Amino acid sequence: MAALYEGYTLFGLVQSQISSHLGIRGIEQERDDDHVVVTDSTRSVTLYKVSDQKPLGSWTVKQGQTLTCPAVYNFQSKEYVAISDKRVIRIWKEGDVLLDKTFKATVSSDIWRVQSAPEQEPVVLFERGAVRMLDLLLSDPQQSIEEVLDQDELIRWNTVILAESRQFVIFTTEQKGKHFLYLQRLNPNTLQRYQLEREESGLAPLSCCASYREQNICLLYLYPNGHLYQSVVSTRGWGTEDGRQVLPLPRRLLLSLSVGEGPLEAASALELDEAHVAVVGVPHPSAGTGKDFLCIWNTNFQTLQAAKEMGGKIYGQLWCFFNKLFIPHGKTLSVIPFVCPKSSLASALGKLKQAKSEESKSPASVPSWNSILHGEKVQPSRPQETKKRLTRKTQSTTCLTTDQVLELIKTASAEDVQREVEGVLTRSDAQNLQQSVSLFVSALVSRSLEESSFYTPSTLARLVHTQCMSHSVCPELLLLALERKDYFLCQLCLQFFPDIPEAVTCACLKAFVSMPDTDAEKVSLEPDSVSFMETLISGKHVGNYVQNGFSPSPLDVEHTDALSGDGVAIQTKTKEEETAPSEPTCPVGLHKAVLLNEVLQTAYSDTFLLPHLKDLSSEQVILFLQYLQFLYLKFSQDAPTQMHGLRSPSLAQIVDWVCLLLDAHFTVLVMTQEAKGLMLNLHAFVKSQVRLVSELGKIEGSLQEINKMKVKKEIGQYSIEVIELF
Amino acid sequence: MGEFKVHRVRFFEYLPSAIRALAFNKDSERMAVARTDGAVEIFNFSDNYFQEKVIPGKDSRAAETLCWLHHRLFAAGLNGEITEYDLENLKPRSSVETFGGPVWTIGCNRQGTMLAAGCENGTVKIFEVQEEKIQLQRSLERQKGRILSLSWHPSGAQLAAGTMDMIRIFDVQTGCATHRLLVDRGVGTCRNREVVVWSVLFLSDRTVISGDSAGKVQIWDGATGTLIRTHLVTKWDVLALAVSQDESSVIAGTSEGTVVQFQFLPSTMGQQEKEWVRTRTFKNHSHDVRALIHTDTAVVSGGMDTQLVVRPLLDKVEKNTQESSMRKILFPHKPLVDCAHRAGLLLFQFTDHLELWRLGESEGQGKPGESLPVKKKPEKLIHLKKKGDDHICSSALSSCGGWLVFSTICSVRLYRVQLSNNTVSLTKVSKLPRILCWAHQLCFSADSSRLFAAGARSSVHVFSLSQSECKHIHTLRPKSGSRQPLHLLCVSQDGHWLAAANTDCEVTVYDLKTMKLHCTVPVYSSCPTAMAFHPVYNNLLMTHADQQLSEFSVQQRSYTEWSRALHRRGLHPLWLKRDTPVTHITFNPTNPAHILLHDTYMFCIIDQTLPLPDEKSVLFNQMMLRSLPESERMRHSHAFKICKNFQNILCFDLLEDQSLVVVERPLLDIMSQLPAPVRQKKFAT
Repeated sequence: MAALYEGYTLFGLVQSQISSHLGIRGIEQERDDDHVVVTDSTRSVTLYKVSDQKPLGSWTVKQGQTLTCPAVYNFQSKEYVAISDKRVIRIWKEGDVLLDKTFKATVSSDIWRVQSAPEQEPVVLFERGAVRMLDLLLSDPQQSIEEVLDQDELIRWNTVILAESRQFVIFTTEQKGKHFLYLQRLNPNTLQRYQLEREESGLAPLSCCASYREQNICLLYLYPNGHLYQSVVSTRGWGTEDGRQVLPLPRRLLLSLSVGEGPLEAASALELDEAHVAVVGVPHPSAGTGKDFLCIWNTNFQTLQAAKEMGGKIYGQLWCFFNKLFIPHGKTLSVIPFVCPKSSLASALGKLKQAKSEESKSPASVPSWNSILHGEKVQPSRPQETKKRLTRKTQSTTCLTTDQVLELIKTASAEDVQREVEGVLTRSDAQNLQQSVSLFVSALVSRSLEESSFYTPSTLARLVHTQCMSHSVCPELLLLALERKDYFLCQLCLQFFPDIPEAVTCACLKAFVSMPDTDAEKVSLEPDSVSFMETLISGKHVGNYVQNGFSPSPLDVEHTDALSGDGVAIQTKTKEEETAPSEPTCPVGLHKAVLLNEVLQTAYSDTFLLPHLKDLSSEQVILFLQYLQFLYLKFSQDAPTQMHGLRSPSLAQIVDWVCLLLDAHFTVLVMTQEAKGLMLNLHAFVKSQVRLVSELGKIEGSLQEINKMKVKKEIGQYSIEVIELF
Repeated sequence: MGEFKVHRVRFFEYLPSAIRALAFNKDSERMAVARTDGAVEIFNFSDNYFQEKVIPGKDSRAAETLCWLHHRLFAAGLNGEITEYDLENLKPRSSVETFGGPVWTIGCNRQGTMLAAGCENGTVKIFEVQEEKIQLQRSLERQKGRILSLSWHPSGAQLAAGTMDMIRIFDVQTGCATHRLLVDRGVGTCRNREVVVWSVLFLSDRTVISGDSAGKVQIWDGATGTLIRTHLVTKWDVLALAVSQDESSVIAGTSEGTVVQFQFLPSTMGQQEKEWVRTRTFKNHSHDVRALIHTDTAVVSGGMDTQLVVRPLLDKVEKNTQESSMRKILFPHKPLVDCAHRAGLLLFQFTDHLELWRLGESEGQGKPGESLPVKKKPEKLIHLKKKGDDHICSSALSSCGGWLVFSTICSVRLYRVQLSNNTVSLTKVSKLPRILCWAHQLCFSADSSRLFAAGARSSVHVFSLSQSECKHIHTLRPKSGSRQPLHLLCVSQDGHWLAAANTDCEVTVYDLKTMKLHCTVPVYSSCPTAMAFHPVYNNLLMTHADQQLSEFSVQQRSYTEWSRALHRRGLHPLWLKRDTPVTHITFNPTNPAHILLHDTYMFCIIDQTLPLPDEKSVLFNQMMLRSLPESERMRHSHAFKICKNFQNILCFDLLEDQSLVVVERPLLDIMSQLPAPVRQKKFAT
């Protein structure tokens, strides 16, 4: 998530600057990331050390002269270049005290601007569109300058871009309400002219910015109606000199900012990286019409990432050097550090552990020894994405939004609540999530309890899914889900809550057992558990009936005389097939079974469970016992079914529950006629298992000795051995 | 060092006898141990528990009980006599008939003036102790049952005696029984069987403590004759009791092999009133604990399993010292096996017979760690029984295998052994010099031309041997005039020197050419346990009970340079920590720098040419050296080549063909020969 840090004031603006609509003439980068050259709107140039908030030097032209463009730093010669009165080029060094005693050169044509890029010779752009390198110009200051633009064509904005170690001078012009973009490549000089698409009602772009990315020049321009467009111009493929042929410039709407009342007057947009844009002078989407906000937007997701209110008048000016935004407002020029972390799918899904390192937390205003000693570069910021477009809430006010959402829950419609809660969930980090989730759930549950019509199943399910919850946080939730027959939520709760009281477990059990199968099949349940049950019921292992030592024949052999002849044996076999089908069938429906499985897997303590278990009616007990027996048989036959890796009850859990159930209802079961067959079956099976286990115990006992056995050399009464001593 | 062929011999069926009684002399720190075969052993507890002396037993005489009276040792047994031992000549000095039937117990009063004996006929007989003898003074009032235990009150005025079903307290002055303490019988079926008071203690505060066959330790008030407390210790018998010198701790030995400690402690913290509280239980024996001694720092116990166990009480000794480790004394500290190097014969000495074995032969070669196929099995050539009642106390075999000699306390028998291919002939040398009537050490010279016998007062008799004759040549006597017996004798290879060591730690070297005393080795505080002459330089190498090693140059009459170096550097701590003495030393004639020696748990070849190990080096480095490449080994090896592959070693020697002989007696083999221990219910049996 992009973030704006606490800013600080670089300097105060003087009165004359405030009065003019132009805050300051310009800020240019100096030797490193901590120095800037500020040219004010009248006569003076000041060098600032940003982190110290301290001017290092200041130069002023004579009274009566004005600086007509921002002074720049010539990175090659370490000199400053400024233009006074449009025609005088002034060059000085940091050591020079008086500007008047330094180098001056007067040129033959009006200069629009001089511009400088690191490691490059400064470039001079004349008002009539001609471009000269500074050193070439100074070699013959009075050389004639050609006119590129038409008479009534005026330069509105320009910049220099360094692309593939070649400089591009970019400027926009306006001619009779039409706007053009010129792309001037230097060495060899080529010029290309584009026409910007016409915006409604002849609006002129308020601000432009350009950046070079992947062999393309990206242009961003903001119109007073709040539309931010992006155009991409390739730096290649236009080697031919088409001269004045005007190409249309395709554009893409990046953002449509709400402008509040009336068009924007002083606003500016600045690209921070490929996904983030800083905008100043545009109203905050949720804070009324005041336009004095600095916002960072994510253009990929159209989300507001960070916002900051800037006090005082906004001049619509914004500069950005090395993760610091420079913004004049009111009577001050503020420096605001920011970060735009790289976005990733993981972070968007909330799975990325956001290591908030100290480095990124502390604003760069505090000089770090590392950066002073080793000149360590600050990592360029990267944007982070979020999933959903936000309309009202912002990151900087999470607490507030939680409260707001809570308020909302009390009143708003289920759909609204759902949307808002989802929104909060998507952008909350892990720590806050815990708190807010429990608050939301409590609020939702209490409202649902009050209003019988209000229920938000998906939201609750989503909240439970965060796994930040436990039963004790909101004890009513599970009961509410039971009451509303939201069995999916019940399943989730049983799965994720570690602390469900035995009474509630029992209530769930009761509800699940007694619910009609037709109802159950309508419920959509977690697919994993369903698929597990499906495999179990479908019984893929039909062939391996006699598995794990169990063969159902002893049951009946014991009922009849063991010494009976073949005929009787066959008879018993057929009888058995009639009474108990060879393949156990599931006594409950698929979904019901899935839900019962969840109950089987919950943690419990038998002393507490037992009294509640007694509340079950005999029919419920028999059904449940039948189901348990089914599971037991299935597990004993097809042991590998547990290896699916799916969530499934273990054999031990099943047997435990059988024991518990028998403990709780033994007398009832003995008395109930219907249960008799079930009990006998169970007994026979358990008996065979006991026999098997005792045999296994014997095998284990014998095999255990193998481990104990030590290969000991048998030494007889006499032997002749060879030893070696060293 | 190289490969060795080892004859691993396990057919020596030596069986030590069970320990019947213990007596500890606090002044001299000597422990007397009586075994069921009648032998009495004297251990010097101040010299690393070294077994100094063994008084051989006799068939008809088995000591049932032992008693020190100053430096005199008395024993009594079921033959009805009280015997005083001559600790200088290692035989009984005098015996006194008690006329009361078998004697079950004797005890002397603390003053050392009276000796009481409990007899089978139910009398306690009081003997007056005189300078050279003891004389019957009188009998105390006769009781119905046999007197099985007795204990003097420290004042000497009273005496407690345990009989069947009761304890009697006698007034020694009047001879009358003053109290009659009835001991309860066991419960259940044992109810019909009378209870035996196996042991009784009479403490100075007139508390009487008894141990009986019903498994009880009972504490009585001797003044009033009332029972104070009963501790049921075992289902079986409490056979022995012992009290510490300060009477604050009592130990009881049971048939289960446990020793239970009781301490006289305040029952609650800070209270003055004390009572006897059961505190610790030691289980160091598999069989009955028949005898117990409570020394100041340790519990010494012995019993049916033949082991003498010294179990230090950890609250009385400093932790992690030599003193704090438990000791089990399994085997005698003198060799019972003699090896004829040249003939490849082994002589095994039992108490009542000798066995002569010829070692087997193998064929082919083998890699280290392998067993070779045995081509010829070992063969028992001679089984020679003693004559008379007395047990064999010493024996010797000449290195050529041609002579065999053994001695009891009253006779010496010398035999000529002739081994031709398949026939063995044994000829007794009929006429022996009169002076050769007994010897507690015997040895032949290397060339088998002479026989040396240790006589009284540390003297050595020298005999010359010819085809069928034995002639006394000379008797060598030490200058010191010590009365102690010799326990070690050795002759140099060239027959020039003879060294004799006695239990006063004196080592005397005689010149056999001149038959004169050559010199004495400076007396070292610890008793020599083994010694041998260097085959070339005739340096005398000695090991001591405290595990020290020294080499004495006979020619120069001083310790050798190597010995000095060893002393300067000090022996390795692990070497000094061993708890069994070196009992035999021999040299490798082909490489005289190699000294071969052994104790019960290892054998060691010391290479005198190699550097000595220092404190930090690994003493038991054979495994490490094995893992190193050949070139590295030399750098890491030191003089002590210790092999622990063989355990419970009774003999380690080198034959002429450079093969080693190791005689082992595995403990398991001994255990299997012992009677079954009392049956104890174990889980799932």
